[in-house]
Amino acid sequence: MIVEIANMVLGGLAAGMVLFIVSVGLSVTMGLMGFANLAHGAFAMIGGYVIVLSMNKLGIPFIVALVIGFVVTAAVSVVFERLLYSRLYRAPELDQVLFTIGLVFALIAAVTLMVGPETQPLTLPPSMQGQLDLGFMAYRTYSIVLIVVGVAIMLGLWLGFERTRIGAQIRAAVDNRRMAESLGINIGRLFTLVFAFGSGMAALGGGLGAEFLGLDPQYPLKYLVMFLIVVSVGGLGRITGVFYAALIIGVLDFTLKKYFPQGGTVFIYAMAILLLLWRPQGLFGRPA
Amino acid sequence: MSMAPQTYDNPAARALARRHRFQWWEVLPWLLALAFYFAFPRYLGFGTELLIMVLFAISLDLALGYAGIITLGHAAFFGAGAYTVGMLAKHGIWTEPITLLIAAAIVAGAVGFLSGLVLLRTTGLTLLMLTLCTMGLLEELANMASEVTGGFDGLDSLPIQPIFGVFEFDVLFSSTQYLYVLAVLLVCFVFTRILVYSPFGHSLTGIRENMLRMHAIGAPVRKRLVICYSISAALAGVAGALWAQSNAYVNLSTLGLDRAATVLIILVLGGYGRLYGAIVGAVAYMVLSHFLSKAYPTAWQLGLGLLLVAIALFARGGMLGIADRIGQWWARRAERTTS
Repeated sequence: MIVEIANMVLGGLAAGMVLFIVSVGLSVTMGLMGFANLAHGAFAMIGGYVIVLSMNKLGIPFIVALVIGFVVTAAVSVVFERLLYSRLYRAPELDQVLFTIGLVFALIAAVTLMVGPETQPLTLPPSMQGQLDLGFMAYRTYSIVLIVVGVAIMLGLWLGFERTRIGAQIRAAVDNRRMAESLGINIGRLFTLVFAFGSGMAALGGGLGAEFLGLDPQYPLKYLVMFLIVVSVGGLGRITGVFYAALIIGVLDFTLKKYFPQGGTVFIYAMAILLLLWRPQGLFGRPA
Repeated sequence: MSMAPQTYDNPAARALARRHRFQWWEVLPWLLALAFYFAFPRYLGFGTELLIMVLFAISLDLALGYAGIITLGHAAFFGAGAYTVGMLAKHGIWTEPITLLIAAAIVAGAVGFLSGLVLLRTTGLTLLMLTLCTMGLLEELANMASEVTGGFDGLDSLPIQPIFGVFEFDVLFSSTQYLYVLAVLLVCFVFTRILVYSPFGHSLTGIRENMLRMHAIGAPVRKRLVICYSISAALAGVAGALWAQSNAYVNLSTLGLDRAATVLIILVLGGYGRLYGAIVGAVAYMVLSHFLSKAYPTAWQLGLGLLLVAIALFARGGMLGIADRIGQWWARRAERTTS
């Protein structure tokens, strides 16, 4: 019994960590700029492809590939942000939605043309394969790795958010953009920075999650609703909110898919709708 | 007191007072649609599909173009209408086509009303996500309840009675379907046209342009939005019902993100908030898609993506917006040359 519950929780937490790593950037950029960015998952896909391809074609080790994926995706996202996104900051929301959906379509097609429509397999390094003895039970090593990495990233982000100058600027801008701007914070530059960092994090999540979420060109559309649910439930611009929301949804999704393989997703959708009926600003967001 | 028709001296007042009047060119699309019937008898299946997408896009225009409700889940109502027809017909409960349309409109309108009560309390990304969630919820439910909905395979060979007991549907030769869909489309279009030029329609435009001010002048904003959303859902349900009847089957594709994205693309391609955008966009999209999407699926998707990006960045009014701008430029040039 205990082993079964621990199985559920550990598996769900590992999935939740990936959700958190992918979605955290979206939450902060949404909170900062109010930009309806539906193409966030596409950056996770680009990152995932860079990571998996550099491992499979160039033989680069997993850890190094993750760093390369982060850097390349962050760099690509800066180009997109400066050239295209920045033209639409003050545009109506519909234009932002159209633009980002168009971007998703174009990137899906581009990846299909360049790499092919098939799923890309990710081979984990031998040290992360197999089972790890936890004392009372054995569990998949990679899930434990994901949980540890996720918690480390959460702690790092929290420290960065709460204890550094940039973090304070971001918090100020999320709370009141005009006031922050009039205090001399360069919002444009701050946003480029956050956007690049968030896209890099999405790339990490795309690579780390490729093993069980799969990686194919349809990735950004397949998980679009999932990422949006995490961000809305967590509350915009709240790192801790996204963290808890991702974990709750990860565990719920994992458990429900195991016991109700037919209709697990129905519960997630229904729960999200009911929850936002009760608290439109999200579980951890502040009322507007 | 004299009740003589009022005269307006100010050109702006005249334009405002006359904008709802019937223009001569508004007959053209319907004449063209009839001409299509006689000119391309072999393409009537495609034509039927096109007319259904026009109706679906008009329903979205009401919610998105006029009331400014940004939704990605409009296929939920299309699917609700299609499945209403599918389930009632397949289980032999009701097979008369015109009353089935009304039933589909009522069911889809009810789904729109109930979901609208919840999700129109939110805005922005949350609203988008909730519209997606509602559609996903219905899709999963349709997939799960395979006893009644046929699950993943859907319901096929639906028994639909002939229209008025005379005109039979033939899946292979769509001449009946085409004229039937055209007639329903005409009725729905006239209804929508009257609605958007009514005081109610103008208050929707007001809500889209400045919600705060509409609140301030005492307009019942949320009530109007929910009503508009329900009407739009009912029209989308009629479109779905027509789809199910003319194809004699219904499956999960009626409820998917693909269909919701397609209708959004059609509407913004033609130009939203102007009724005729739905017609122009549907014709342009469906013709292009008919010739390109099967032959070059990946390139088609790439082109579609880039087109959306270009519309969002440079051409917010869609094709009709561009036509407007060219017309204005032309008028200004003519003015300059005469003076």
